[in-house]
Amino acid sequence: MLLRYQGGPGMLAWAFHRISGVAIWLFLVLHVFDIWLAGVNPVLYDEVLQVYASPIGRVGETLLGAALLYHALNGLRIVIMDFWPAMTRYHREMWAASWVLFVLLGIPVAVQIMAPAFGFDAPFRFGE
Amino acid sequence: MATITRTGRARPQGGGWELALWYLMRLTGLGLFVLALAHYLITHFIYDPSEQTAEWIINERWGSIAWRTVDWLMLTFVVFHAFMGMRTVVQDYTRGGVRTLLTMGLYAGALVIFALGTIVLITLPFPAGAE
Repeated sequence: MLLRYQGGPGMLAWAFHRISGVAIWLFLVLHVFDIWLAGVNPVLYDEVLQVYASPIGRVGETLLGAALLYHALNGLRIVIMDFWPAMTRYHREMWAASWVLFVLLGIPVAVQIMAPAFGFDAPFRFGE
Repeated sequence: MATITRTGRARPQGGGWELALWYLMRLTGLGLFVLALAHYLITHFIYDPSEQTAEWIINERWGSIAWRTVDWLMLTFVVFHAFMGMRTVVQDYTRGGVRTLLTMGLYAGALVIFALGTIVLITLPFPAGAE
């Protein structure tokens, strides 16, 4: 059902957009709930954050980042075509460009988040 | 004449609530492009999840009304965008009573998540000495 709908060159873009969107929705529900815990049960909240900081948690956050980045880039491509229909001629080029950006931006983010799971310092530290 | 797009939903014809939703999905999407990606980068490049205790939220992340305002704006956008997106998914795959039930469930869920987020944003104490 997911792959049969709509068809055409935009089908993969659409399917990924839907899958990443549902995944982000699931995380949103979890995330608002855990932040709510910070107010009502800080001890439990801190324990949940230990899970986020664990190797498994970091894999999850990296996947979340991938879903976010894809959904953001493809969403931008949709908005460009919807508000500037002449750009629809370049939908394939924009699809390719979104993957180039996905890889270029995504790899440093993945390295940043996963490094502590392998015992390395996170490479980028903009905080104090 | 329908407006054809390559991956987005066609702009609803005739105006009304569905057209407003169509625009609002795109506008909140643009807002979240900045707000959500910035939020993700802040929590992974300026800080690390290993230091994000409840105390850290009080003293650093939500230490000022300005940051809480930004995050409340993000909460508003993301609850709308995520739950209305799920409504589209539900409407694509279900019909009749199941569709009505799931859609109502999504609206109720959106209210609960928005309320929980708003409550913690307002009630979490400020660090001692902050305005």
